[in-house]
Amino acid sequence: MNKYKLTYKPFGNYALLIEWPQEISSKILEDIRLFVHEISLNKIKHILEVNFIYSSLLVIYNYKKTNFNLLKNELDTLYNKPFNSKISKGNLWKIPVCYNKDFGMDLELLASEKKITTAKIISLHSNSIYTVFGIGFLPGFLYLGGLNNQLFFPRKSTPRSNIEQGSVAIGGNQTGIYPQNSPGGWNIIGKTPVSIFNKEAKIPCKIAAGDSVQFLPISKENFYEIQKQVIKGTYNLKQFKND
Amino acid sequence: MIKVLKPGLSTSVQDLGRFGYRNIGVPVSGAMDSISANLANVLLNNQINSAVLEITMLGPQLQFFTSTNIAITGAEMSPKLNSVTVKNNKVISVKKGDILSFGVLKKGLRSYLAVKGGILTENVLNSRCNYRSLTKNEHIQEGTILHIQNNCSNVKTSLGALHQQKHFYDTDCLNVFEGPDLELFTGDEKKQLLSTNYTISNQINRMGYRLLTKVVPHTKSILTSPVLPGTVQLMPLGNPIILMKDAQTTGGYPRIFQLTEKSIAILAQKKPGEIIKFQLQPKF
Repeated sequence: MNKYKLTYKPFGNYALLIEWPQEISSKILEDIRLFVHEISLNKIKHILEVNFIYSSLLVIYNYKKTNFNLLKNELDTLYNKPFNSKISKGNLWKIPVCYNKDFGMDLELLASEKKITTAKIISLHSNSIYTVFGIGFLPGFLYLGGLNNQLFFPRKSTPRSNIEQGSVAIGGNQTGIYPQNSPGGWNIIGKTPVSIFNKEAKIPCKIAAGDSVQFLPISKENFYEIQKQVIKGTYNLKQFKND
Repeated sequence: MIKVLKPGLSTSVQDLGRFGYRNIGVPVSGAMDSISANLANVLLNNQINSAVLEITMLGPQLQFFTSTNIAITGAEMSPKLNSVTVKNNKVISVKKGDILSFGVLKKGLRSYLAVKGGILTENVLNSRCNYRSLTKNEHIQEGTILHIQNNCSNVKTSLGALHQQKHFYDTDCLNVFEGPDLELFTGDEKKQLLSTNYTISNQINRMGYRLLTKVVPHTKSILTSPVLPGTVQLMPLGNPIILMKDAQTTGGYPRIFQLTEKSIAILAQKKPGEIIKFQLQPKF
């Protein structure tokens, strides 16, 4: 694989920011994942935390033990060697979503504005496989890429003061799931009974940057059935190997 | 234990922060003024990560059901134990039944109350910091019970006091490093950004401080990228927002500066209407 030209920037006195070409690209995301994997395999010292989104990788280090220049050189040497390791592609998560208009309160608005049926919106939305380009904004909020351009729709000019956890929505050229109750201006088209973020779990958010997501349309009955299992703690999100 | 008789305006439990969960979007949190929070713990010989109360603007009224030692640091908020005025930066011995209250805010914005052994509220993702979607409450509430270590009255503390002539936060100058996106701006724009006196707006909270003064309006946006507490983002209208401890982990506005931890602490003691300016640290 051809290597990208990376830019290393100090970010305060305890973090280093590595930038790939600033564009939304699955290839770049894959390269970052591989590099992060190499960093952990090679046990580069004094790194406390790494986090990536789109085409940026943040490396937080122990500034008492190392510094920007030392770490930059170590990382750059590592990046420019051929990566020996292979990692499987990220997981594909199938997330059940009920697109009933009782949950998807903006579904009919979208249909009339777009002059397509609600069934068409549901099929366009659930047929795409979305790439998780990063997690941020709120705990467990997935930045998803891959929304069909027929579904692009501007955010509301006045955000709603409370959107329920699990709501699935479209804002501009993005789609996403509200991981908690929060204010928000996106157009709501459905709801998942599954919690994307569970603070009690050992791994609070199983979905990671680099994974992908597909939405599975379910009925209202099915929604409540899964919701019961989620509350009981017996529901497991379906995860597929993406090779 | 401590019972909250009155919660105050915005009193929360904070420790050093919630580390290691940035990759799933969890803010770092932690004391806004970590210098004062650390000092309160140091006075009591507490562990550095012991949880303290962060008291903002209007203090709570607390009743102790255990004898222990406490220390108050940071903002001067006229604290009283029962009806007796007590001092900041000093180990104070409290007895079972004592009531601690706060009065007029004289200086700064946030006080820190440390208790011997730390405050032992719920630990969520390796931290006791209150945060809206993680802990039961965002702030302490009337009737909240805060568990603390029992029988600490026998613990030897030096009953030490720290005499400060001047507060570390008595400055309007915030030391900053160059941010990752400062290069998007011209030399003249950088000069302007560094020579301006900025007024703090009334939109300030644990997530961020919005500044009123508009300097360099622009139309530059960046692809969403990580941000840190202390990141200064320049809004399109030309006014900066300084991200604080509860800020989200990613952002899409140009990151022009990065505050030092000490500058975050200084800013945490500033109120709406106060003036600040940025002083660039040398590159390293």
